[in-house]
Amino acid sequence: MRTALVLLFLLALGAIPGSLLPQRGVSVEQVQNYFLDNPDLAPWLDRFFLFDVYSSPWYAAIYLLLFVSLAGCVLPRAAAHYRLLRAAPPRTPRRLDRMPYSATLSTDAAPEEALRRARTLLKGYRIADHGDSLSAETGYLRETGNVVFHLALLGLLVSLAVGAFFGYRGNTLIVEGDGFANTLPSYDAFHPGSAVDPSGIQPFWLRVDDFDASFIEEGDLSGQASSFSADVTYREGPDSPERTHVLEVNHPLEVDGAQVYLLGHGYAPTFRVTDADGQVVFDQPVPFLDRGTANLTADGVVKVPDIAPEQLGFTAVFLPSAASGENGDLVSDFPDARNPVVVLKGFRGDLGLDSGNSQSVYQLYTEKMEEIGDSPALAPGDSWELPDGSATIEFTGYRDYVSIQVTSNPARVPALTAAVAAVLGLLCTLFVQPRRMWVRAGTGGDGRTVVEIGGLVKTEGAASLRRFHELATQLNQELREPGSADPGVEKE
Amino acid sequence: MVHVLAAETAVDTGLSAVSDNLVLAMIVVYAVALFCFVFEAAYGRRESLKGTRLVAVGASEGESEGLTVNLRAREPEAKASRHVLGRVGLGVTALGFVLSLAQIVTRGLAADRWPWGNMFEFVIAICLCGVAAFLFAAFRYKAHYLGAFVLVPVLLLLGIAVRWLYSESGPVVPALDSYWIAIHVSALIMATGAFMVSGSATITYLVAHSTETRRSLGEKVSGIAAKLPSPELLDRLAHRMIVLGFPLWTFGVIAGSIWADEAWGRFWGWDPKEVWSFITWVVYAAYLHARATAGWQGKKAAWISLVGFACLLFNFFGVNYLFSGLHSYA
Ligand code: HEM
Repeated sequence: MRTALVLLFLLALGAIPGSLLPQRGVSVEQVQNYFLDNPDLAPWLDRFFLFDVYSSPWYAAIYLLLFVSLAGCVLPRAAAHYRLLRAAPPRTPRRLDRMPYSATLSTDAAPEEALRRARTLLKGYRIADHGDSLSAETGYLRETGNVVFHLALLGLLVSLAVGAFFGYRGNTLIVEGDGFANTLPSYDAFHPGSAVDPSGIQPFWLRVDDFDASFIEEGDLSGQASSFSADVTYREGPDSPERTHVLEVNHPLEVDGAQVYLLGHGYAPTFRVTDADGQVVFDQPVPFLDRGTANLTADGVVKVPDIAPEQLGFTAVFLPSAASGENGDLVSDFPDARNPVVVLKGFRGDLGLDSGNSQSVYQLYTEKMEEIGDSPALAPGDSWELPDGSATIEFTGYRDYVSIQVTSNPARVPALTAAVAAVLGLLCTLFVQPRRMWVRAGTGGDGRTVVEIGGLVKTEGAASLRRFHELATQLNQELREPGSADPGVEKE
Repeated sequence: MVHVLAAETAVDTGLSAVSDNLVLAMIVVYAVALFCFVFEAAYGRRESLKGTRLVAVGASEGESEGLTVNLRAREPEAKASRHVLGRVGLGVTALGFVLSLAQIVTRGLAADRWPWGNMFEFVIAICLCGVAAFLFAAFRYKAHYLGAFVLVPVLLLLGIAVRWLYSESGPVVPALDSYWIAIHVSALIMATGAFMVSGSATITYLVAHSTETRRSLGEKVSGIAAKLPSPELLDRLAHRMIVLGFPLWTFGVIAGSIWADEAWGRFWGWDPKEVWSFITWVVYAAYLHARATAGWQGKKAAWISLVGFACLLFNFFGVNYLFSGLHSYA
């Protein structure tokens, strides 16, 4: 137990750095920012896995040791308890007055009668007869609960491990109206467990038909979202029928053992680019990423590769509800698209798409590009003719997109089962009191029957001694009642 | 695509004002009760508490006539300072409890949702549960001597809530809009209430313990310290409260992870709030183990439970204001 105590403390202590430092498992960007802000310290911290605390070897060592010690502790206890469950209560000790509770009484009733009455009083006890005495035990559930609780903790750990090996998690954006097929290339980010084959994941498909968001309009909480929901159509596999689901926060879609969650939403402004000859070379929505501010100001990048002689690129800011800020600059004052405005900065040159290096769609690589100026603020329908006259870009409107997460974790249900078992076991171990009681009846020196009672509890607390006393008092009372010596007479 | 704009915020301002006034009334009432308890602690007479003895040993009253009882381990005598004002204090506390209940109900009705969606509401609810746990202990274990020690943190928390955490009643962010809030947050709030009573009993225990030690060394002890309840009593009560709070906490954390699975797509993600709930849980588990380990009972176990309580407080205040995580409702 002492080892367990020390290990428990280490487990708690070890969890602390993980809450103080950014963790890769939670947010890779925060870790990168930390590296940028602390270039000297961060590599050192990284050497001790302090950005991956909960998957670090040293943290694993703590909990594995804890659980080895737990197994080493609980399995023998479980075996012992199993034997105890099948055995009769222990024989009556010779000296009952050594027990935490003991009482004696004398009565005119016969010893057999006293034992018989004691036996009926000891409801819920397992009773063994030893001729002149009986032994009784109750509260086996406490130890059962203890064993179940600790075994459930082991089960929980195993479930977590299984989930980490065989589960995966992926994130992506879907623009309203677009579809999504559950394959590796559809994801912006994909985190498979080490035993997952990314080409073999569930072959479901879905489409976002419609997205609604509502926001609080007035008062202190103005601008806070009050609900999001997306209507989706989905198919479990290529040959399955189409079904529909309303995807909301707290209301994921279950499909083929995977869950699809609505994590957030954003705007995808739509742009049409026309070249000098009047040909449309680009016409599509571009998802913008919000800056994490309350009013959903979002940044995005428009890449127009199919235009000659030089490719075009734009960095852009989207303001859903544009208004003049304090310094006269443009800000968004509400998250809903009340007055959508886009401001673009144009570049001309080589986008670098053919270099072979993979590019982020949210970043413009301007090393081989030249700036060509800023656009005015564009409202939907407005166009900006580039200063050099090479093309016109029109802000045609916007669509919503939803950001979703797909997770598949085969250990969800086992983990839940273990957790429920742990709570039930815990309740038993904390609230059930194991008690042992012995009653011996014999004839005393004066010819009267002497009844000895002994009670033993192993747990703290006063209540069980009181229970013994109640039983003894009741037995005493019954044996003193007139007629109690004659079991054949009905009491009036 | 449709953007539905909530035409008006669904808040009943009349009810909401009633609930705000109730908070102030509650603070006044608890302050009066605190005064009564402090008066009792300082000027009461230190007497044995009736009804805390398990078995009225040797009392050969009618029914147990002829029964000779022998207890191996004599129970420690339970003593505490008593005064009529203490009874008054208990009544006033009960009044405060009713006000607090009314406040929570009106606030919930005003916003038409479960009344725990932000820090202000959590604090009020935790105080309610702390006072409930205290009233329970007062009636069940005759532990009204804890009054001052429970009401001091309760008043502090309420003061902090009104001064710094106040927010208008209104709807919550979508992630909090779930029936799991009723299950998860209620369980944790109740557990916190029990842990709070345990925490104040433990601090009192440590003081009473050192008083007892000084007394047994023959020193003369005076002042409030001399009138503190017996350490055994406090220790037992602190333990009881943790035994109540621990399974509630366990359940609350599990309910939270079921909810997280529903809302965020994973049941456990080492979010700072999750980490600190886990740490709190582990420390209280260590306390329970310590109680069951020879050589760790008494003061050592008491310190572990205080570490647990510190983690709990840190989880509540520190994590909300220092870290950004998914649990951001501060
Ligand atoms: C995360 C890990 C653990 C938790 C949360 C935990 C929790 C608990 C709880 C709540 C109790 C009931 C205490 C009581 O009887 O009042 C308990 C009892 C016990 N635990 Fe653990 N435990 C953990 C790990 C371990 C380990 C690793 C061991 C063994 C090496 C262990 C051995 C025991 C034993 C022997 C008891 C019985 C105490 C008694 O009979 O009173 N536990 N545990």
